[in-house]
Amino acid sequence: MSTQTDKRRPYVRPMDGWWKKDPYFLRYMAMEATSVLVAVYAVILLVGLARLSQGEAAYNGWLAALKSPLSVAFHGLILLVFAYHTWSWFKVMPKTMPMIFLGGKKLPQAAITWTGVVVAVAVNLLVLCMLVRVQP
Amino acid sequence: MKRANDPIFWALFGAGGMLAALVGAALVFVTGIAAPLGMLVSQDLMRYQRVLGFAQHWLGKAIVFAVIVLFLWHAALRIFHMLHDFGIHAGTGVKLVCFGLPLLSTIAAAYWLLGLGF
Amino acid sequence: MAESTKTIEIEVLRYRPEQDQEPFYQTYSVPFADDWSVLQGLQYIKDDLDSSLSFRWSCRMAICGSCGMMIAGVPKLGCRTFLRNYYPGKVRVGPLNHFPIERDLVVEIDDFIAKLERIKPYIIPKQPRRLDEGEYLQTPQQLEQFRQFSACINCTLCYAACPQYGLDPEFMGPGILALLHRYNADSRDGAREERMELVNAEEGVWGCTAVGYCSEVCPKQVDPANAVNQNKVNSAKDYFLRFVTPRGAGK
Repeated sequence: MSTQTDKRRPYVRPMDGWWKKDPYFLRYMAMEATSVLVAVYAVILLVGLARLSQGEAAYNGWLAALKSPLSVAFHGLILLVFAYHTWSWFKVMPKTMPMIFLGGKKLPQAAITWTGVVVAVAVNLLVLCMLVRVQP
Repeated sequence: MKRANDPIFWALFGAGGMLAALVGAALVFVTGIAAPLGMLVSQDLMRYQRVLGFAQHWLGKAIVFAVIVLFLWHAALRIFHMLHDFGIHAGTGVKLVCFGLPLLSTIAAAYWLLGLGF
Repeated sequence: MAESTKTIEIEVLRYRPEQDQEPFYQTYSVPFADDWSVLQGLQYIKDDLDSSLSFRWSCRMAICGSCGMMIAGVPKLGCRTFLRNYYPGKVRVGPLNHFPIERDLVVEIDDFIAKLERIKPYIIPKQPRRLDEGEYLQTPQQLEQFRQFSACINCTLCYAACPQYGLDPEFMGPGILALLHRYNADSRDGAREERMELVNAEEGVWGCTAVGYCSEVCPKQVDPANAVNQNKVNSAKDYFLRFVTPRGAGK
């Protein structure tokens, strides 16, 4: 057994600000951050539900607030965030799926992403159409 | 090794994320831009009587509940992970906020929806 | 006919525990030929400029997995990254992220090695098989299920890429979970249930938040992100169905 002191002194580097150090990580944080506005929108709807249960006057107050330019602009931002969410969601989705074989060949992950995005755009448009066609 | 309870929250996260991807943009556009401005849809679309009628129908209740609750649970797990990524440790306080608030909201949404009657 | 030699500045993170309190960057001017890898640049430094520089390397052809390092902030294999792509700028070289630095570019990977053993990275047959039964037969599709995950060279670039491993070193990490999946996905193996305990833990797949950078940096296109995240579905199924289908049933 050696009488020499062990000169090893492994150096552990801190993780502070790790996400700022690479564009890949910044995109990841942006993707994760979309959830904040998803929550905000859900809360807006939740408040609307609360107001609805408080009667017409209260609900109309909520409706009036939605008409303000600030609210409309903010929803414009929320809309952009939801669009980015849709795109980033289907970019990641193939990672959660096992290999799919079509006609003996492995389905590329990009195909799953594009299919998802196309379906999402279609369903969103369908919902939009249904709401547009609601009779006054 | 201890089995993680993540699957519950991950399943909710996944359901909420999928719903948000499929209908989120359309809903945000209609409720937040189109209807308030009377663009593409009439400003009347979200008037009290119509929305009340919708929320009194069992299907309307299901839709309103699903959208609000699943969006919140989707955000819950992502925000929980984000806080961890920023170096904020997953103590009881953080867990209470991240998962307690959606839980309270779930109960509140159910309560208000049921309270509207059928 | 002599080519004029170009010179590139390589900035290397040094750390000698017996004399340095902290790591620091040291710059070397390295003459190089157009086909030189970063590894060759480091070898020139060690041979001609500063023999104290320490780094791991072996095959020089991206198969042994020894020369993983941070090159311009990205986890790469030194032997497969070329100085010409950074010229005329400086190229910053450092030890792989998220591992303790042993010395210079040498990191401590004891944690990785210990975790390798824990996942039972070998075929555990469904039933004992006699020699006279012959070899296992697999269709090309059965091979495809696990082939890409078997390409892992244990270079640990994915660990340097994975922020969750950096934040929580108890996390099993992308490479090892990909290897675990390699065995679960192999039709010859029957030990999926035995490995589930590890998969289901926080240190297993649930430590992953789908950053996906691991798959970006993998030099062998193993796609560990896919291996880990696909097992989130399996783990969730196991979690919800465990009372309906008890362990061992249908084996």
